[in-house]
Amino acid sequence: MSEHVLETERSGGLRGISDVLWRNPRLVIFLLLAPPALWLGIVYLGSLFALLAQSFYSIDEFSGLIQYEFTLKTYGELFTPANFDIIVRTVVMSASVTIAAAIIAFPIAYFAARYAKGKWKALFYIGVMLPLWSSYLVKVYSWKLILAKEGILNWLFETLHLSWLLNAYLSIPVIGGNSLSVSATGTFLVFLYVWLPFMVLPIQASLERVPPSMLEASGDLGASPQQTFRHVLLPLALPGVIAGSIFTFSLTLGDYIIPQIVGTSRRFIGQAVYAYQGTAGNIPLAAAFAVVPIVIMAFYLWVAKRKGAFDAL
Amino acid sequence: MRSDRAPLGLKIAAGAGLAFMHLPIVLIFVYAFTTEDKSYQWPPPGLTLKWFGVTWNRPDVWEALSLSLRVAAISTAIALVLGTLCAAAVSRTKFFGREAISLMVILPIALPGIITGISLRSAFNLADIPFSFWTIVLGHATFCVVVVYNNAVARFRRTSGSLVEASMDLGADGFQTFRHVILPNIATALLAGGMLAFALSFDEVIVTTFTAGQQQTLPIWMLEELVRPRERPVTNVVAMMVALVTLLPILGAYYLTRGTDTVAGQGK
Amino acid sequence: MNTAAVRFKGVSRHYGSVRAVDEVDLSIAEGEFFAMLGPSGSGKTTCLRLIAGFDQPTAGEITIFGEDTRGVPPYKRHVNTVFQDYALFPHMNVLDNVAYGLMIAGMPKAERHKRAEGALELVALPGFGGRKPSELSGGQRQRVALARALINEPRVLLLDEPLGALDLKLREQMQQELKDLQRKLGITFIFVTHDQGEALSMADRVAVFNDGKIVQIGKPEDVYYRPEVPFVADFVGSSNVLPPHVVEKIAGKWTHASVRPEAVSLVDAGLGVDGLHATVHSTAFLGTATRVSLDLDGFSMVALLPKGTRIPETGEQVHVKWSPEDLHLMDTA
Repeated sequence: MSEHVLETERSGGLRGISDVLWRNPRLVIFLLLAPPALWLGIVYLGSLFALLAQSFYSIDEFSGLIQYEFTLKTYGELFTPANFDIIVRTVVMSASVTIAAAIIAFPIAYFAARYAKGKWKALFYIGVMLPLWSSYLVKVYSWKLILAKEGILNWLFETLHLSWLLNAYLSIPVIGGNSLSVSATGTFLVFLYVWLPFMVLPIQASLERVPPSMLEASGDLGASPQQTFRHVLLPLALPGVIAGSIFTFSLTLGDYIIPQIVGTSRRFIGQAVYAYQGTAGNIPLAAAFAVVPIVIMAFYLWVAKRKGAFDAL
Repeated sequence: MRSDRAPLGLKIAAGAGLAFMHLPIVLIFVYAFTTEDKSYQWPPPGLTLKWFGVTWNRPDVWEALSLSLRVAAISTAIALVLGTLCAAAVSRTKFFGREAISLMVILPIALPGIITGISLRSAFNLADIPFSFWTIVLGHATFCVVVVYNNAVARFRRTSGSLVEASMDLGADGFQTFRHVILPNIATALLAGGMLAFALSFDEVIVTTFTAGQQQTLPIWMLEELVRPRERPVTNVVAMMVALVTLLPILGAYYLTRGTDTVAGQGK
Repeated sequence: MNTAAVRFKGVSRHYGSVRAVDEVDLSIAEGEFFAMLGPSGSGKTTCLRLIAGFDQPTAGEITIFGEDTRGVPPYKRHVNTVFQDYALFPHMNVLDNVAYGLMIAGMPKAERHKRAEGALELVALPGFGGRKPSELSGGQRQRVALARALINEPRVLLLDEPLGALDLKLREQMQQELKDLQRKLGITFIFVTHDQGEALSMADRVAVFNDGKIVQIGKPEDVYYRPEVPFVADFVGSSNVLPPHVVEKIAGKWTHASVRPEAVSLVDAGLGVDGLHATVHSTAFLGTATRVSLDLDGFSMVALLPKGTRIPETGEQVHVKWSPEDLHLMDTA
């Protein structure tokens, strides 16, 4: 046998390039990573830091021009009663939406994960995926139709002769208003509707990972179905709930379109950011406002990570 | 003993939950046919197909649609390249800063859209970049990367590393291995990721309001109509068409990744 | 030809501070059936990957038929591998999997498919070409992987735990078939396994790995009956490695000694025969023999008693005996 077992001569063309890459695994990683890292690093992180930097500038009250000097004054402005009110209102809304979404999502996820089989499972999955990926504006729009004074909800209350109930509810301060479409309840409903699918999927994913034998073991050890649910299933589903809440909380925190279309004139963080950077031209304050959801979410993520929620994402 | 029948209460709660997620969209389909053009009256006083014709002849709708499609196509193409590269690097080896890279990819979607939007806008201002088609694409591609990345990374993980080694062992160099082994194995995941990225870009409004300037994508057009309704019936028809059109890539992506990757749309 | 098929000279592969392979010297002759045996993490698989070219040594030199492999990527080595998970391409049918190497080499479709059919016959799978890998059983996949690796006519075939995923019966059958195949083809087989029975029954020579180093190389009988270090005695033969204080009592200057379980016999303690005093800890019936676990001054030992001998009760006091020629002495620590 005279044939060489190794081809040691150099190759040209693509094979030659492949040889060089094989000898330098680090070069491969570098070449793979360079384009995405450059894009995200420069376009995205660059912009993000530029924005954050601006939150340390301030605006001159008389000339309305940005003063390029380091100051914490702008952050101080966040704590004026009017602005702080906006922050509290947004956080309370995000928390309520999250809790409500978890309550509504759990049965859907539980049913889909444990009882739905074959065709039904696929149907449930698509049933959650479709609203998740449907157009955000179409979803918001549908609620404008539903909540309108002449819309289906009011019609339903009238047909059932329950308009007095709706009116009584709307007369409650804070959550009520002239009509549902200009009340905090309306805003809440739209938020809940639009972000609900983001809660279902992670809960379902975490429930799917609970082996049926574990539930059988609990029953075998004498636990009633309710006790099994409370002591076994719920703790195991918690990371999924937290993962879902990251979405619902964060998305509500930063949204400025829903409260603009359905709700009262009281502003949310997103609207404040939009207004300050736009018509008011107060970029530093807008940037400082934008930092609020980042800080809240960073804290939230830190807690979630400690609870092991990222495995359920 | 494990019972395979769900308790009635659970069935009702799950069914009601699903109904809550779907009925509002169904409602839009009814409104597209209403004869009422001044209010959102329910029940519709009559049904007509007239508004489809009216919408068909509206140049502003067509322009917005065309812009949206072009932006989505280019953003998806960029996201496909960047997302696949990133997924290949992250799943290939453990390297220093791997976690940071994953975080960087996910960040544009994890942080509220308004932050991405205002960041880009102020960066454009600082750098004196005028708003254009490309500023929209820049924003969209940035948050579309994560969708492609998620799909590709899941598939790379499932694809055994020894397949690549087997191919090289049998005489194929890196490029031949990519063409004959890697690409056929990740193709459906990329197609699914691309479809979802397309849907995401086509639908995006929050970031776009900051990066679009005077141009109108279809969602921006709809937003204008929502804030200041001009011709409600046309909006109804457009809303219905958008709902229908977004169905296709979602179902497509589902069928492509069925039985393989669990949740294709995670981390939207 | 007297150049070795594969030779390692001071080969090391370190990952940071982990020494996966540490200064290994090795020479494998052409046509040899060579087994690399060791527990997981002992460096045997890394050695195989270094030969295939999936990994590169941090130090030392590997030659294949006298040629230095430095800088030669796997696709330029006429060495092929059967993977532990078989690594069959899921998107291709069996025939295309087997013909893959020929396709890459640029052989026309008709010819390479004909050759692939031939290779499938060699592994006793004629007519399976149209199936997808997912439609095959574990044993069939294993054969396809073998056919695919052999079609390029490698001078050295590397097998990474190829039988690990098969059930016992199939494994024994495949052991025989692999051996026959190797004789028929006359090429060098390098075989990685953690199963000592497999290594001993199939290989011409065995290298025992521990902690990235080769601790002993030799014929199966040598490794089994004449372990040079306690690790080999314990890992290869499941021998009783006797601790120094027992060895000193019976053999003086030697530090370690081992005795095979089947060489140990038990005598009733009441008979007053000279021997080591032990307590029966437990017994287990194995079919052809019974395994007796013993407690010898806080040190555990195993005896394998053939069918027909009296089996002591748990807790019984016994004397442990063996013939002097069954005591294997080692002077390395």
